[in-house]
Amino acid sequence: MKLYEYMAKAVLREAGLPVPPGRLCRTPAEAEAACRELGPVAVKAQVLVGGRGKAGGIRLADDPAAAREAAAAILGMDLKGYTVEQVYCESRLSIEKELYVGIAVDAQGKRPVVITSASGGMDIEDVPEKAIVRMPVALPWGLMGFQARELARRVGLAGELASQYAGVVEKLWQVFRAKDAELVEVNPLAVVEGRLVCADARLNVDDDALFRHPELPRVSEATELESRVRELGLAFVQLDGDIAVMANGAGITMGTLDVIQHFGGRPMNFLDAGGGSAAGPTAKALEILVQTRPKAILINIFGGITRCDEVAKAIVEVKRRVGIPMPLVVRLVGTNEEAGRAMLEAEGVQAFRTMEEAARRVVELAGEGRGA
Amino acid sequence: MAVLVDEKTKVLVQGITGNQGRFHTQRMLEYGTRVVAGTSPGKGGVEVEGVPVYDTVEAAVEKHGANASVLFVPAPFVKDAACEAIAAGLSPVVVVAEHVPLHDAMEVVAFARERGAVVIGPNTYGICTAGKTKLGIPPNQVFHPGPVGVVARSGTLSYEIVDSLSRAGLGQTTVVGIGGDRVVGLSFVDMLKRFEKDPETRAVVMVGEIGGTAEEEAAEYIKQMTKPVVAYIAGRSAPPGRRMGHAGAIIERGRGSFESKVRALREAGAQVAELPWEVAPLVAAALG
Repeated sequence: MKLYEYMAKAVLREAGLPVPPGRLCRTPAEAEAACRELGPVAVKAQVLVGGRGKAGGIRLADDPAAAREAAAAILGMDLKGYTVEQVYCESRLSIEKELYVGIAVDAQGKRPVVITSASGGMDIEDVPEKAIVRMPVALPWGLMGFQARELARRVGLAGELASQYAGVVEKLWQVFRAKDAELVEVNPLAVVEGRLVCADARLNVDDDALFRHPELPRVSEATELESRVRELGLAFVQLDGDIAVMANGAGITMGTLDVIQHFGGRPMNFLDAGGGSAAGPTAKALEILVQTRPKAILINIFGGITRCDEVAKAIVEVKRRVGIPMPLVVRLVGTNEEAGRAMLEAEGVQAFRTMEEAARRVVELAGEGRGA
Repeated sequence: MAVLVDEKTKVLVQGITGNQGRFHTQRMLEYGTRVVAGTSPGKGGVEVEGVPVYDTVEAAVEKHGANASVLFVPAPFVKDAACEAIAAGLSPVVVVAEHVPLHDAMEVVAFARERGAVVIGPNTYGICTAGKTKLGIPPNQVFHPGPVGVVARSGTLSYEIVDSLSRAGLGQTTVVGIGGDRVVGLSFVDMLKRFEKDPETRAVVMVGEIGGTAEEEAAEYIKQMTKPVVAYIAGRSAPPGRRMGHAGAIIERGRGSFESKVRALREAGAQVAELPWEVAPLVAAALG
């Protein structure tokens, strides 16, 4: 779960990190009031995508009227597919120098890693490799004081700034651990009048650990449709094609999308019905897929724990109750395959044995649907 | 020969009294797995499918000499249960649960490293040495003994590919799922090294997917392997920045793309199947 900048900053502030004062605003009038209170501000779009500065999502305002105008320009604006609904008005900083510091999970090393650079302010991906310092952190001991001091030295800091920097890294480590973060990032970590300030912040929290963080706000990036399917306990992602897909297992679902694309079709979604999926949720998910009006539907089941007769039961149920007006292609093999196949054939639905035949057929049928 | 587990492996089932634990204990016993004991805190003294249940792993190990464990424990309790198995000297420790917190997974892996234990997963279907034993949840009917070692991130996609191998007359030595999460214990490279040493394994199939750099690391090791490797990578059509079901399966900031994995594997001398059903013919050709 990604948090908005203002939420991430609230967490950092609570952990004792230096964060500039700011106000969350939903209207130009609120931005005007915030500027009256804070003085000159930066008006920043609150979106979950990076690169908002370049896209016009940050404006500077010296006085309340300018803040109102800036907020009016940014609110409602489309930033990389997201509509801006809130801006964060934050005290302006006169930045002397910009650093980068982040803590992420190194999947290869299977442990956290601190990443830092003396070249901050831009996307860390654009910073040359030789300007990036990485320090793995061993669990369960965690980041130690000497490591933070060494990182300060490696980004070229000395004296008072070095000790401030070490304090920032140690506090970020505490946030990373205490909040089950996947990523905590301050970019830029700005030098302002000889003091370090967290000018921007990102905090991504592990979805699987949210159960132990009732104190954190909840942010969903899912579309309404995605939320509806996910409520059934199924993994679902919307794509931009016209062939609806349901399979059982994340890998085989991905494989099914690839195969459809290989035959020239365009998948409309990723829907992993999971291993051992019962008739109930499978039927509900299929019903939602039908409502999205694809040109054709492919159901690809390799039943191990998933029973083919349960899947067939779900298909038959949806067909009888709400109808499936578009072509439906089913591939069904595995546990109780014969029973499942017989149920489908009785309803006039053909079930293929291989993924290849089924994918080929659904792409053909979707093509006919587009032509019609 | 076999890799990591065989018919002699004495298996402990943690979380044996839950629905999943009970069901899969039955299926493992049917397959021939030597399930010697189970645990479930507070439920010691009962039996599940004829298997005696204990409150703690230590108690089960003392009585029955278990040497490996499979966990059917809900995600929030995995850290404690896995560390309990590792502390008792069990290896491998198979963690089936998905949605294990990332920080917990890192701590379990760190503890396993310190104690020299192998952790398989989290978010895995487990491991099967064909015809001998299985620890985990894969269906019993798809595995057949033979010369092919299989290592995969994903479950059903492995069954699909293993089934097509079996139909082509290509049986398996050991089939293992390393798990779909970002941080997992056993890696592709760990498993490739074991297959390279195993005298019965004559070819290796690796089923990867987009996200992370595990396949690229595997490619580095494949350069030194003498046995043929056939790979398939899922997720070619996945858009960047969208997570496709598995926590690991996401192209973030250009890392872990399909193209980079395929390029690395081909350069290392592996054959890369474009489509799942091309794996079996490539393996057949490699074995001559």
